[in-house]
Amino acid sequence: MTYLKSRRFIGAAFTAITMLSITRTITSNGDLTSTVTIAQALVFASPIALAGLAGIWAERAGVINIGLEGMMILGTFGAGWAGWQWGVWAGVLAGVIFGAIGGLLLAVAAVTFGVDQIIAGTAINLLALGLTKFLAIVLFTDAPGGGQAQSPPIKGDIPTFTIDSIVEPLTSLHETGIFFISDLAGILAGLFYNLSLLTIITFLLFAMTSYLLWKTAFGLRLRSAGENPWAADSLGVKVVQFKYAAVVFSGMLAGLGGAYLSIASTIYRNGNTAGRGFIGLATMIFGDWRPGGTAAGALMFGYIDTLRLIDTGNQNVKGLILLGAIILFAIGGLMLRKAKRNSAIGFLLLGSVMIGAYFSATSFPPEVAQVAPYITTLLVLATASQNLRPPAADGIPYRKGDNH
Amino acid sequence: MNLRRIGTSLIAPVIGLLFSLAITAIILVAINASVSTVLSSMWSYGTSPRAMSLMLNLATIYFLSALAVSIGFKMNLFNIGVNGQYVLGAVAAAVVASNLTLPKVASVTIAIFAAMITGALWAGIAAWLKVARGVSEVISTIMLNFIAIGIISYIIVRTGIGTETSLNVRGTKPIPESGMLRGSAFIDPGTSIYGFFFISIIIGIGYWFLLNRTRFGFDLRATGKSASAARTSGVQSNRMIYVTMFLSGAVAGLVGLPYLLGDTGTYSLQFPTDWGFTGIAIALLGRNNPLGIALGAILWAFLDISSGQLILEGVPREISTIMQGLIVIVVVISYEVVRRYQVKSEQTSVAKAMAKQEEVAAV
Repeated sequence: MTYLKSRRFIGAAFTAITMLSITRTITSNGDLTSTVTIAQALVFASPIALAGLAGIWAERAGVINIGLEGMMILGTFGAGWAGWQWGVWAGVLAGVIFGAIGGLLLAVAAVTFGVDQIIAGTAINLLALGLTKFLAIVLFTDAPGGGQAQSPPIKGDIPTFTIDSIVEPLTSLHETGIFFISDLAGILAGLFYNLSLLTIITFLLFAMTSYLLWKTAFGLRLRSAGENPWAADSLGVKVVQFKYAAVVFSGMLAGLGGAYLSIASTIYRNGNTAGRGFIGLATMIFGDWRPGGTAAGALMFGYIDTLRLIDTGNQNVKGLILLGAIILFAIGGLMLRKAKRNSAIGFLLLGSVMIGAYFSATSFPPEVAQVAPYITTLLVLATASQNLRPPAADGIPYRKGDNH
Repeated sequence: MNLRRIGTSLIAPVIGLLFSLAITAIILVAINASVSTVLSSMWSYGTSPRAMSLMLNLATIYFLSALAVSIGFKMNLFNIGVNGQYVLGAVAAAVVASNLTLPKVASVTIAIFAAMITGALWAGIAAWLKVARGVSEVISTIMLNFIAIGIISYIIVRTGIGTETSLNVRGTKPIPESGMLRGSAFIDPGTSIYGFFFISIIIGIGYWFLLNRTRFGFDLRATGKSASAARTSGVQSNRMIYVTMFLSGAVAGLVGLPYLLGDTGTYSLQFPTDWGFTGIAIALLGRNNPLGIALGAILWAFLDISSGQLILEGVPREISTIMQGLIVIVVVISYEVVRRYQVKSEQTSVAKAMAKQEEVAAV
């Protein structure tokens, strides 16, 4: 099983790097796989990944968490407020605690009172938005360096690691421009360049989740609360406690994601989350409610965001278009082999349109990259949703003793 | 019995209001503000003619948004995409109306249709994804919101449709005065009530009629209550999903129009883009009932507007957003508690009646 999994992972990584490499060679745009790009993509991806992981915890226990956005907002605020006064680690802690409070609120509404979970989550988003805007004015307006909509700078830095002995040779290897090797080098170097301790923690949290939820009795019980809580209850699983624990931990993770955002921009700012809680939710669905796929989805968002924002020569978006076309052609080819003709034609057609666009335009506006991740998510959902399998009792209010 | 039903449906919002007022008071005390001053300031400004006019205008917008959401709710469809549907609808209306020189009635009618069709088509994507591809509308409409914002920023920033409007903000070409629906100032001489205020009342009545007095409305409610039962009785659920999403999107398309045709005349990059989420909250408060939604919209607008002068008392106006959030969460919880209480009391009364019968039979 593990052997099969690691083979699949290596296969996927190999395919992804090959596609990136083809794109990089055709566009001769070294930025696509440069050390800096990859390092920055990790920074952009981590908060989204944490939100997605938060979604996994809540939904695996059967509670839909639309309130991720609100819990993330609470996290950004907590980090700004505590980080400015007592340093960056106090900020991380406060972000986690604030997120947990949001999670607790969702648990009370959705688990104890059995309110529709999407409704409860929406209410939490509203409340978090209002509360943080209000508190920002009250607490930050007269603070030195603060304002009505932002906190003073967070004190101190999260340690970052650059392993020169790895990064330098790999970066020079990247600059040679050899097919595949150069891109692999750039990506590997990016993993060891300015790597934040928080990113490492994010990675560890993913590993911990895969282990805890899928390899332990605790995880089995927690997931049973999301698959069939009535059966779980009959076997003596304390369903309500598991749901509470999962949702509160979900809030903590979302809060950590928010804290990551504030720390990355050194201040709390109103609206800094910009819908990343929702994006995290999308990556979770994209990843079939599993850590690996969720991380891949978050990396996609982070990568596209990075290319859009460091686009100096206006060529990165063009590269993305070509990359998208190559991916579509690859999927189309795969579908042909699996004899799914209609889907294959759809993909090949869409790929051809993008190739046409690539060759007919000299550059593309950044808005294309802005919407690309959302369109990709929709495409993935549209083609794969029959294969996605959410927890069976996801979103269904549970009451001990109800018949089902 | 009916009186009791009205009583129990009112008890939840009342509890919500009182509870949120209590927490608000605690917050105000915590920041050293006087509770009574704040409340009296909100009340005295909120009931002034000017504030009342602004409130009705805002409530018109919220009412339409909540109506759009609640059409979906009735069938257990979560249209979180009202945001995307209305911004696209507003842009479509702005583009069409700014290129027309027709009599007012014709121009406004065309703008309304443009907005409704655009909103319906955008919502239709989510319907197609749900019916044909099995994608949950909750997530697809969230994605479509982000995509809509991207499309609009592209249209306005990079194409000829956008021009420089006042204040160095890009927006659509201004709509000529003949295409506007400014309404009339019948409460405060200086503030017009949007013409759309009346249109939205008509739409509210139409909503009530459609849902409660037509075959379609019955099918829709039946599908919402039990999809499998409705299917067995011959309702085509896929068709219902399409029609419901189209309708919801069409109404959502109108949400930006009161403001567009009554005030700005242009869709600029400063046009508000989050009225859809407000609509979700108000639809919840109003329990998908047009009258309840109207009351919820007025309450919401009252809190928004009356907090406008709080800064003079040294209190951020966002206290009203906190109150709104609290009201929603507490009201939703108390609806559920009341419902459970009702179910329980019905069960006990049935059990009592049964026990009596058995006693009689035994004798």
